[in-house]
Amino acid sequence: MAKSNIKKKDTHTISMLVANKPGVLVRVALVFARRAYNIDALVVSPAVNPRYSRMTITAKGDPDTLDQIIKQASKLIDMIHAEEHSDVDATHRELALLKLKATAANKSAVAKLAKKFHARIINESKDAIIVEQTGTTEDLDAFEALLKKCGIIEMVRSGKLVMAKGKEET
Amino acid sequence: MIKKAKKKTSKKPASKKQLNGAEALVKCLENHGVEYIFGLPGGSVIPIFDALVGSKIKLILTRHEQGATHMADGYARATGKPGVALVTSGPGSTNAVTGIMTAHMDSVPMIVLTGQTISPMLGKDAFQEADISGISMPVVKHSYLVKKTNDLPRIVKEAFYITNTGRPGPVLIDLPKDITSGSFKGSLNPKMDIPGYSVPGKGNQKDIAKVAQLFKASKKPLLLIGHGAAIANAEHAVRALVEKLKVPVVNTLLGKGVFPESSPLNLGMLGMHGTAYANKALINCDLICSIGSRWDDRINGNNDEFCIGATKIHIDIDPAEIGKIVQPDVSVVGDARFVVEELLKLVEPQDTGKWLQEVDFYRKEFPLKYSDDEGLTAQKVIDELYQITKGKATVVTDVGQHQMWAAQFCLAEHGNKFISSGGAGTMGFGFPAAIGAQFGNPKDLVVAICGDGGFQMTLCELATAAIHKLPVKVIVIDNKYLGMVRQWQELFFGNRLSGVDLEGNPDFVKLAESYGIKGVHIDKVEDVHKKLTAALNHKGPVVIHAEVIKEGNVFPMVPAGKSAHHIIIEPPTTQLEKPTGST
Ligand SMILES: Cc1ncc(C[n+]2csc(CCOP(=O)(O)OP(=O)(O)O)c2C)c(N)n1
Repeated sequence: MAKSNIKKKDTHTISMLVANKPGVLVRVALVFARRAYNIDALVVSPAVNPRYSRMTITAKGDPDTLDQIIKQASKLIDMIHAEEHSDVDATHRELALLKLKATAANKSAVAKLAKKFHARIINESKDAIIVEQTGTTEDLDAFEALLKKCGIIEMVRSGKLVMAKGKEET
Repeated sequence: MIKKAKKKTSKKPASKKQLNGAEALVKCLENHGVEYIFGLPGGSVIPIFDALVGSKIKLILTRHEQGATHMADGYARATGKPGVALVTSGPGSTNAVTGIMTAHMDSVPMIVLTGQTISPMLGKDAFQEADISGISMPVVKHSYLVKKTNDLPRIVKEAFYITNTGRPGPVLIDLPKDITSGSFKGSLNPKMDIPGYSVPGKGNQKDIAKVAQLFKASKKPLLLIGHGAAIANAEHAVRALVEKLKVPVVNTLLGKGVFPESSPLNLGMLGMHGTAYANKALINCDLICSIGSRWDDRINGNNDEFCIGATKIHIDIDPAEIGKIVQPDVSVVGDARFVVEELLKLVEPQDTGKWLQEVDFYRKEFPLKYSDDEGLTAQKVIDELYQITKGKATVVTDVGQHQMWAAQFCLAEHGNKFISSGGAGTMGFGFPAAIGAQFGNPKDLVVAICGDGGFQMTLCELATAAIHKLPVKVIVIDNKYLGMVRQWQELFFGNRLSGVDLEGNPDFVKLAESYGIKGVHIDKVEDVHKKLTAALNHKGPVVIHAEVIKEGNVFPMVPAGKSAHHIIIEPPTTQLEKPTGST
């Protein structure tokens, strides 16, 4: 399951609602880059209102710097709001696609593991199988760790998506 | 000789004629009350320069784009109105970047219009294409790359709103040439569309009440006044608060004058080259309340040791400043004027008599001083300027030793009377910024104090001053060195001088005269008063070349990275350790 505690503590999920305008992504990225803060994952998607976009950013680093980053990002003219979300107040999902060699041994092992993790084989060819998994970051990490012995050829992960629970706006 | 037919400038197009983008742009600028545009043309902005023919906006042609931005900046700082610069694409726009960064660091409202290649050529390395909105992104409050001619009025309206509300800052508008030459069919007064932008208001009443409580509990309070207080026009409110509380005041370089520096309650500038008494007060206060300062490293030195044990209060319009450097006990996010006006209602007069006596002791014990024994010093020239003008002149400085001496000796009586590049420390700022300030306040006495190094970075603007017969005065403090750097090399690097000797300086008097500007040379203590008075009374521009001793050093000095406890008041006799602070 989850890796060491330290890593978890230092990984933050920030959700932003921004104006859907060119250049917004660069402005947001600059706020992180200037403070040498590494972005692990970033998802941009349209919001319900097409004038806005959603950005979900996963980043590692110390909380004080992150606090500065959120305050500075909030000052961007195109920023409607920026907020850090904890595992408690928001639900998290991530999607992964994994490509594995299509050997006979793999096929049965992968099918078994996939079932356990609610993953699906979405493509099979003579050379490779592609598995799709949706779940929490921890689920994805665990699935990946177990699949490693089958030899993962490629992996693509969507990055974390969050949504605030209940009435609260993401 | 063949008689040359005089080329006629064609009249403005008849009023019914459809506007092009550039004409719509100029109309919008006029409607926003723009008096001056500082700029220099090039291919991509010819349509805009064309639209300026016949406009009531006065175009000031500068000799370099850096000068244009610093002029716009100086104009803005002196008047409180946004300055406007107009430059061409590519190198024109990159030349403007230093000026944009300078304005950004000091929260100055400024609109920078840059030309750009035509839209279909964007990103194709067209002639003089530079991605200026990309290059400038980290140093602007906001920027636009205009995609539709009809969007121009909305963008201009938003830009003027954004640049001078909340915490001000430069806004850049990048204008592809097809956009400014395209025909305009939109509205000149559209709605703004900036849902993400809001301006912090009057501050939270509960927080303000807490501040009042803390003042009540304090025996040794200190007010720290920064640029934010000047920007917010908090002068009256701050003065009333100081009078009511009888609290001593220190100010940052850019907060000079918000509370009159000639008042016995004002201890002058704090920080690296601040007065010893301001720094002593900082060490000994039990409460420090910052109004519009960002506690930067030039004033706090080392934030782990900053005012240990004192209660810290931070009033700022920018929420991102709260806790950025110093963690306050109480903070109020809001406009300094409103917050101080509210605070004024809640505080009660206090007996600070003992504390004021203590502070007064520091003032008497550690005065600023200089001597005339070794020859003419920069301090003498600058002090004499103050003695003659007594805070009535607008003093604009460049960056270096002379800047710190100006901060020490030219006391300011109002917030907009001392103009200096604080956050950026941009050499070359002083002279063009003074030109901008003079355009903004034509009746004022505006005096630039520059080093021989910095003046040479933008002296081409002598032409601009000469052509417009601006009464601006420039004092060039000539120590034949990049003095501030030489001082560090002397104090911290065993006096191994490297790259600081300014051999090859021109004759500044002749230089001025070659532009048709009056030049005055001063090199004797006994001449300073007479020659300076005469020069200041001269109607047109004057360059005052003050040849001073070469090796003067600025004291007091708190080495970079150290707290105010480590202040060096007298010239040290031993080698100092290398400073750990940033620069
Ligand atoms: C554009 C720029 N380049 C370099 C510096 C670094 N610097 C700070 S002060 C200084 C020396 C300034 O010399 P001068 O203009 O002669 O003034 P002085 O210190 O002698 O009064 C230098 C080089 C700077 N602040 N700005």
